Amino acid sequence: MADRIEWVALAVFIFFFALVTVMGFFAARWKAGPVSAHLDEWGLGGRQFGTWITWFLVGGDFYTAYTVIAVPALVYAVGAYGFFALPYTIIVYPFVFAVMPMLWKAAHAKGHVTAADVVHGFYHSRGLELAVAITGMVATMPYIALQLIGMGVVIKAMGLSGELPIIAAFIILALYTYSSGLRAPALIAFVKDTMIYIVVLVAVVIVPAKLGGYGVVFAAANDAFTAKGGDTGLILKPSQMLPYATLALGSALAAFMYPHTLTGIFASKSADTIRKNAILLPAYTLLLGLIALLGYMAYAANLKVTSNNDVVPVLFKVLFPSWFAGFAFAAIAIGALVPAAVMSIGAANLFTRNVWKSYIDPGISHAGEAAVAKIASLIVKLGALAFTLFLPTQYALDLQLLGGLWILQTFPALVFGLFTRWFRAEGLLLGWAAGILWGSWTAWSNGLKPLATIALGGASYVFYVGLGALILNIAVAAITTLVVSWVLPDRRGVTAPS
Amino acid sequence: MWILLLLPFIGLLWVPFYNFHEPALFGFPFFYWYQLAWVPISSLLIWLVYRSQAPDEAP
Repeated sequence: MADRIEWVALAVFIFFFALVTVMGFFAARWKAGPVSAHLDEWGLGGRQFGTWITWFLVGGDFYTAYTVIAVPALVYAVGAYGFFALPYTIIVYPFVFAVMPMLWKAAHAKGHVTAADVVHGFYHSRGLELAVAITGMVATMPYIALQLIGMGVVIKAMGLSGELPIIAAFIILALYTYSSGLRAPALIAFVKDTMIYIVVLVAVVIVPAKLGGYGVVFAAANDAFTAKGGDTGLILKPSQMLPYATLALGSALAAFMYPHTLTGIFASKSADTIRKNAILLPAYTLLLGLIALLGYMAYAANLKVTSNNDVVPVLFKVLFPSWFAGFAFAAIAIGALVPAAVMSIGAANLFTRNVWKSYIDPGISHAGEAAVAKIASLIVKLGALAFTLFLPTQYALDLQLLGGLWILQTFPALVFGLFTRWFRAEGLLLGWAAGILWGSWTAWSNGLKPLATIALGGASYVFYVGLGALILNIAVAAITTLVVSWVLPDRRGVTAPS
Repeated sequence: MWILLLLPFIGLLWVPFYNFHEPALFGFPFFYWYQLAWVPISSLLIWLVYRSQAPDEAP
């Protein structure tokens, strides 16, 4: 893309990056608590975040920088189909409202820090706990790598080449996450989200005004898709409707199974905080819908890009003065830092609580847990960095896609236990394995497309493979539970839901 | 009241409801403004359910 260094953009970028770095280190002293003395402090920010902090934090780590790059890129490439992110991020909130306050209460009552803690609290099964913990860690790693890729796209757009800027940014991130824990991304999220809101609101007003209005934008995209043909267009092809709806539903059910989103839930101070957030967080969805339209604005602006991921950076460079482009790029790069930090903290919490404490040092102290988690967060981030530097970008994309289907398979273990203890741990574990194996195999044999096809009565239906795997998972869990309860009617240690 | 929470699922997952170009609004084809409209509607529905619940704890 660009070879020339954009000095003005770069200066603005560096200013904001330096600002959040200072904030990141300062965060250890914010809402004072002994960060190194307890995992609740380092890994959950002291379990004290109220409505607004939670809104910025969850908004900041659920709507990631990569989203800002990838959703318009997909919409640019295929049109309406790329818009599934919108129904996905709407229907997720009725679910969050109904289920997450219950999960918060279950975790809060017992001092649980991770999803795997909660599952172990329900079923007292080390196997199921480990399955949930490993799924969370494995699904998170490529997600962090994608944040780095998103950051790389904007750094490249400013004319900086090479891996050095990314490595530098990441070391800074790793250090302040190490010293401040969840307080760092929570504090930085205020800056990041404010910047993203400014950028997007300016873009969705100014860009169409420059290009001749939204009617022109949609018409330009329509012409481009008509010329392009295939499964593209301003509305869905009939064959795309079921994939669209199932992708939206499956993604919505998976979204709050991830360690980073759950960390935001567990860090809030009350169940009511979460309910209020289910009402307020859709503001970000509106933003996301508008961001997605940047993909169509690229057509109206007659952009030529070599890679779809360059759509957003090139659009800003072409249509805005350099200083504002720098501001927008800083917003996206800082937007990568927040989720990357929360993700590494979520994964580190899982490792500490459900691997280290469960298998290596059961008698570990609170301060010991915090120390292990701090080191684990560094290792997770180094792993993600190595991933980005040494493996092709496509691997991160493919693995992130598989990660979504994997994390969805922890849904029955985590959510069903809030309502009933009918399921047996053996059943849930077997269902989890069946869902992951069938889902991965199906996606793999489809050339890593997240879709599965089923033939029923002469017609074939194409749907999101993760949702199919979840249905299989539940069926296997139910059948195994029936068999196990028949063979072993006696069960000990399992408590009824409160 | 909890049934209100199902409405966004029905309105958005049954794609044949809204997979049209017309009627357009402010230049947005129906497909787009219909889905965007569900954002405030969903918030409102969740708020209605929230308001109907008895508070279960001190803030």
